[in-house]
Amino acid sequence: MKYIEPHAHMVSRTTADYEAMALAGCQVISEPAFWAGYDRSSEQGFHDYFSLLTGFEPQRAAKFGIKHFTWMCINPKESEDVGLANAVIDLIPEFLKCDNVLGIGEIGLNKNSRNELGVLERHIAVADEHDQLILVHTPHLEDKLKGTKLIIDALKNFPNIKPERVIIDHVEEHTVAPVKDAGFWAGMTLYPESKLTSRRAIDILEKFGTDKIWMNCACDWGVSEPLATPKAARMMAQRGHSEKMIEKVFFDNPRDFMAQSPKFEI
Amino acid sequence: MENDSPSAVNLVDLDFMDARARLLDVASFLDRVERAGQMDDYRVDALLKAIPLLQNAGPDRAAEILLSLSDPSDEPIPEAHTKGAAGAFSGNS
Repeated sequence: MKYIEPHAHMVSRTTADYEAMALAGCQVISEPAFWAGYDRSSEQGFHDYFSLLTGFEPQRAAKFGIKHFTWMCINPKESEDVGLANAVIDLIPEFLKCDNVLGIGEIGLNKNSRNELGVLERHIAVADEHDQLILVHTPHLEDKLKGTKLIIDALKNFPNIKPERVIIDHVEEHTVAPVKDAGFWAGMTLYPESKLTSRRAIDILEKFGTDKIWMNCACDWGVSEPLATPKAARMMAQRGHSEKMIEKVFFDNPRDFMAQSPKFEI
Repeated sequence: MENDSPSAVNLVDLDFMDARARLLDVASFLDRVERAGQMDDYRVDALLKAIPLLQNAGPDRAAEILLSLSDPSDEPIPEAHTKGAAGAFSGNS
């Protein structure tokens, strides 16, 4: 089965993971900028990280026959140092010119603070100014519902931002409806404990349909599963879904969303 | 719904043993926490309050449990003092 992994933090993964994903049929990986697990100390640290995402990581992926795309931002977890956040956001336009950059992401909220919201609004403004796609992270666990509502309201305050050019990721059963009702794409993340299991993600597909929705593994430096996405596809087959439907969810949909950027080519 | 209907599969055959194992894990977690005298943790309280939602009618039990564990407030907090989340709302936004 060919598939697209639309959200994976490969700088934290090994070549063995790349090989396993390639063997499972992965054609394309999209890698949003992420938190390093600690706060970086300067904008120069981000410049180096963005250079890694746009230079070395696509080369690493290519060795396994996988096309690599990326997204630029400072993560909401690093929004309380507003001065640093603004300095990092000022770096982004330079990197938007790189061949494998599809847009701004993963921006969003973490603890739903005022500074996080301000930094989110600055990112949206950059996307608006440079006509970029947006990939949004929604908060974890008990903070997700409130954060999702705040994010939707923030996006709606930018009239030029078209919902069909925004994916709001990490939806669960209690947040998928407001995201889809507002016209945004929805992403479902498969994690061993938090976020969604494959079973629950397929339940959501069966209840809300397969239009404008994708699944991803969001593998990073923590407990996560780089093959969660193809394993969910296998479970969809066990649940009686057709090959056509599985291909739509795991290949056609992420391709269609990301192909709104002229840089996206398979 | 715009997707094709899946072919008929006995979902109980497919998933009952997994659900049974997870239910027993919840029960043994509560037994373990009670033995340790830690039942007064707000997260345990939130879990106990969510369990009766399993008996609700209608196919929205997962969403109802997630809502019961969520921060119900609407306004941004002044400042984030931590990066993590606990899995249940403590009562303080």
